[in-house]
Amino acid sequence: MIFRIHVLVLLFCSQILLVSASAEEVRISVATNFLVTLKEIVRNFSRDTGHTAVVSSGSSGKLYAQIKHGAPFDVFLSADVQRPHLLEKEGLAIQGSRFVYAVGRLTLWSPDSSMINGDGKEVLTNNGFKRIAIANPKTAPYGAAAQSTLQALGLWNQLKDRLVQGENVGQTLQFVFSRNTQFGFVALSQVLDSKINGSGSRWDVPEDLHDPLRQQAVLLAKGQNNKAALGFLEYVKSQRAREIIERFGYRLE
Amino acid sequence: MNVLEMDWTPLWLTIQLASVTILVLLIVGTPIAWWLAFTKSRFRTLVEAVVALPIVLPPTVLGFYLLIALGPFGWLGKPWLQLTGSPLSFTFTGLVIASSFYSLPFVVQPLHGAFEAVGKKPLEAAWALGASKVDVFFSVASPMAIRGYLSALVLGFAHTLGEFGVVLMVGGNIPGVTKVLSIAIYDHVEVLEYSQAHFLSAFLLIFTFLILAIVYTINRRLPIHMS
Repeated sequence: MIFRIHVLVLLFCSQILLVSASAEEVRISVATNFLVTLKEIVRNFSRDTGHTAVVSSGSSGKLYAQIKHGAPFDVFLSADVQRPHLLEKEGLAIQGSRFVYAVGRLTLWSPDSSMINGDGKEVLTNNGFKRIAIANPKTAPYGAAAQSTLQALGLWNQLKDRLVQGENVGQTLQFVFSRNTQFGFVALSQVLDSKINGSGSRWDVPEDLHDPLRQQAVLLAKGQNNKAALGFLEYVKSQRAREIIERFGYRLE
Repeated sequence: MNVLEMDWTPLWLTIQLASVTILVLLIVGTPIAWWLAFTKSRFRTLVEAVVALPIVLPPTVLGFYLLIALGPFGWLGKPWLQLTGSPLSFTFTGLVIASSFYSLPFVVQPLHGAFEAVGKKPLEAAWALGASKVDVFFSVASPMAIRGYLSALVLGFAHTLGEFGVVLMVGGNIPGVTKVLSIAIYDHVEVLEYSQAHFLSAFLLIFTFLILAIVYTINRRLPIHMS
């Protein structure tokens, strides 16, 4: 009897050891537009694999600069292709690990349901607004897309002085959500999130007005031996993750 | 990096912001400090605590409340919008208001200390000799509290120069309007424009050092009035 219990205890302990040896932690850096979607994916990922994830968010430009200066991240989910590509060239990301995980959609959003009706160009040319929020075009790909859109509509010079810049697309939404500006260019995924849940009014920017917001993920050098990091990138390609990504308003390639 | 290619707008804007803010704070801060120094009210400690709050609170707390308050539906932004027809958020005026809250303790506390050091005796002597209250303040109390004024001026000015968190939250990064020096440096660092960041940072470092050095030198030479 005593022997049996010992065996059971031993078995139990070895189980714990096995689990703790295989369960690791992945440190993910993510462009703010994808944060809410990522949290949903991470919830499923942890449940399905036992791995845990620590998430840091910011504009792609800021995260890129942090990674260049040794920030402890295993995986980078950028809002563009260019920065993962640069990291790969600089030896900070693993060759061949890059892939497009989502194609983002830019939207002009207002918390006021009567503010935007119909064509965005009409809304932007009528002079009934003081300020319009966009993300910093230098650091945030959604900001750059917003700038391209305004240029394509021929409104850039006219509206330049009315722009308010968010540090990333999250702060941009904050400016609009708190009604400090009547509307702003944000990611569609942000307004499909449960907090806003599609309320207010919006104009989804036609994708031919700016370069496609192809968002790439990449395995960073620091995460190359991390099982959780490798597992996570595989998970992002899984059917379950792809469903979540589409549900939040992204396109897949 | 050529000096002539540098964008000096953020620097000029920051100096303007710090100057206007310190002017506002000296006008607003003097009566508060005076009241704190001489009142017997039991609310004195409470007011003292409120004035000191911005020293302890993270700029994000102040920034968050200001973002709401300055907005078109906020308690400051709404009346302002009705009065002037333009919103308060993302404007220079909005930043002056934000900075005034943020730097208030750095002006009130030195003045409070100075007025307390002057004490009631010289003021009562002047009253007894028939001077008016206004006259007492300008001819007796203020000159005696000159060191307090100098400290308040320098600390308030320098603290506004170094402001970052609050502006980041309520400014909106508009060149020439709200893009102050600290934000400009942050922007340069983010896009790895290190030469510009170095230039502005070094300038700010030397500039603030010079101001402080000059003030401490003058302060040493000023007459001491302590009771």
